[in-house]
Amino acid sequence: MELFFNPFDNLLCILLGISFTVWFTLLLVFIIVPAIFGVSFGIRRLYMKTLLKIFEWATLRIERGAKEKNHHLYKPYSNAIIAREPTSLEEEIKEIRRSGSNKDLDSASEFEMSDIFYFARRGVESIMDDEVTKRFSAEELESWNLLTRSNNNFTYISLRLTVLWGLGLLIRYGFLLPLRVTLAFTGVGLLVFLTSVIGLLPNGRMKNFLSEKVHLMCYRICVRALTAIITYHDSENKPKNGGICVANHTSPIDVIILASDGCYAMVGQIHGGLMGVIQRSMVKACPHVWFERSEVKDRHLVAKRLSDHVQDKSKLPILIFPEGTCINNTSVMMFKKGSFEIGATVYPVAIKYDPRFGDAFWNSSKFGMVSYLLRMMSSWAIVCSVWYLPPMSREEGEDAVQFANRVKAAIARQGGLVDLLWDGGLKREKVKDTFKEEQQKLYSKMLRPSWTPLTT
Amino acid sequence: MGSRASTLLREEEIEEIKKETGFSHSQITRLYSRFTSLDKGENGTLSREDFQRIPELAINPLGDRIINAFFPEGEDQVNFRGFMRTLAHFRPIEDNEKNKNPTASEPLNSRSNKLLFAFRLYDLDRDDKISRDELLQVLRMMVGVNISDEQLGSIADRTIQEADTNGDSCISFQEFIKVLEKVDVEQKMSIRFLH
Repeated sequence: MELFFNPFDNLLCILLGISFTVWFTLLLVFIIVPAIFGVSFGIRRLYMKTLLKIFEWATLRIERGAKEKNHHLYKPYSNAIIAREPTSLEEEIKEIRRSGSNKDLDSASEFEMSDIFYFARRGVESIMDDEVTKRFSAEELESWNLLTRSNNNFTYISLRLTVLWGLGLLIRYGFLLPLRVTLAFTGVGLLVFLTSVIGLLPNGRMKNFLSEKVHLMCYRICVRALTAIITYHDSENKPKNGGICVANHTSPIDVIILASDGCYAMVGQIHGGLMGVIQRSMVKACPHVWFERSEVKDRHLVAKRLSDHVQDKSKLPILIFPEGTCINNTSVMMFKKGSFEIGATVYPVAIKYDPRFGDAFWNSSKFGMVSYLLRMMSSWAIVCSVWYLPPMSREEGEDAVQFANRVKAAIARQGGLVDLLWDGGLKREKVKDTFKEEQQKLYSKMLRPSWTPLTT
Repeated sequence: MGSRASTLLREEEIEEIKKETGFSHSQITRLYSRFTSLDKGENGTLSREDFQRIPELAINPLGDRIINAFFPEGEDQVNFRGFMRTLAHFRPIEDNEKNKNPTASEPLNSRSNKLLFAFRLYDLDRDDKISRDELLQVLRMMVGVNISDEQLGSIADRTIQEADTNGDSCISFQEFIKVLEKVDVEQKMSIRFLH
């Protein structure tokens, strides 16, 4: 009988078999089992501390390298680059006119050619630096975190640093990425399978209990798939049934982060493909609010379904992102008033990512979903803080827009984000003409208020 | 994504721009980063649409006139040099520049050049004169629909009457300078950098 395999192949098979078994046991013990029970070994935090020390060292090396070559280092300024005085149109134009004439202000003419200085300066200021467009691209880092994607000072990298960066590359793509992808598939696969199984059970307390446990377990596995290190604050304010949870939106990962600490009913449009499969099986285990594409446009229908859901106290709190689009986590933009009109208690949540370990912002005009997820899984980690703020309700005499702004201000304050009135939709659309008309109206008032304007 | 600002802009270019505009090294790299973030097409030039994407500029009543100031006659694209040259008009005047050698070429941010920038905002057809019609059009941009044609017309007439010294019913650049001789142009048409 000829030997099919020579002894080497045999040995190779045995070795491969052993390493796979060891690999999967480790995976199971250190990652999946803790995920099921919601405990943590603290490995990720240790990892985080080590990385921080390495980043600081790397930045010092770059600064030294730049100094040796006697060059200026490109330093990103996360704050403003120009000084902008918060004076109003009226104040500024009056000041310009006052400096130009020696007449008494009351008898000053209605129009001065110098009025144009105000508009010219404001315009050029906004060209040099504006509050809105920079929110739609990734935040710039002050120190380098050994990822090519966030480095501006390539020419100053020494040999040692390059070696470190190469090592980092190897670890991230060779070890971390496959590990994370395996976990992701496991997590999603389990979610789909188990929720479908639970869907077969009759409605009742058992089903709800199991559904909760399954959802939490699968989301926790996904959290580990991203190496997300999350700190939850003020958990006593966690959203309760019949309420609406609103949070600022930076990426689709926000959902995983919130849902691994509590159970929510998701709201969204039904997609096709893998996303759709996940959505359809999730809804078998507990009621989520999924809309068909055609229904999304009908605001009344959306409002009705949401308010029906919150009135049923046995159903889970709804999770909504009122900005409507992903913002880069340096600011909070306008909240759409729809969720604030329903009349339920609002539980605000602030999510702030630490950009040093990996930028979580999804720039949907630059990256599709798959390349975004790959970028996420090949960063060092996703580190973030979640604050559960005390619940808020609409007060007497407050309309939905004012209520929305109040909630937005609270979230911005807690997360250390800039509170903007601009609409996140400006990422893709043009700004409305009404804003320009307001400016024109303000200026018209300066041209002698004794004249009656055509429109008030 | 980081904008790789300092690697794409060569040191020689930065020196040339420094000499021409007077901006510092760090200000130039900062503004280059801004330029590249506005340049959605990533072809090294900005078009009018790139500017109009800035919401605060789009709601400025004179937004279109200001955007126009960046583009030389007949052109639709502006490169980084042209961008900086126009922005240089708003650089504050430093004390050591005030008493420079009068035969040296005038810096872009001199009082006279700042006034020229403002003059060109009014001068729609670039014929170095502000006619009654042009003044009316710019006024209309600034007030929108809130003031009637007659009222606007009388404002324009009064303004030209006060400024016009040679009787041609238009305002030339010299007449413009004379009208605004007392205004603190240096401060009102300057933007201060924080760094």
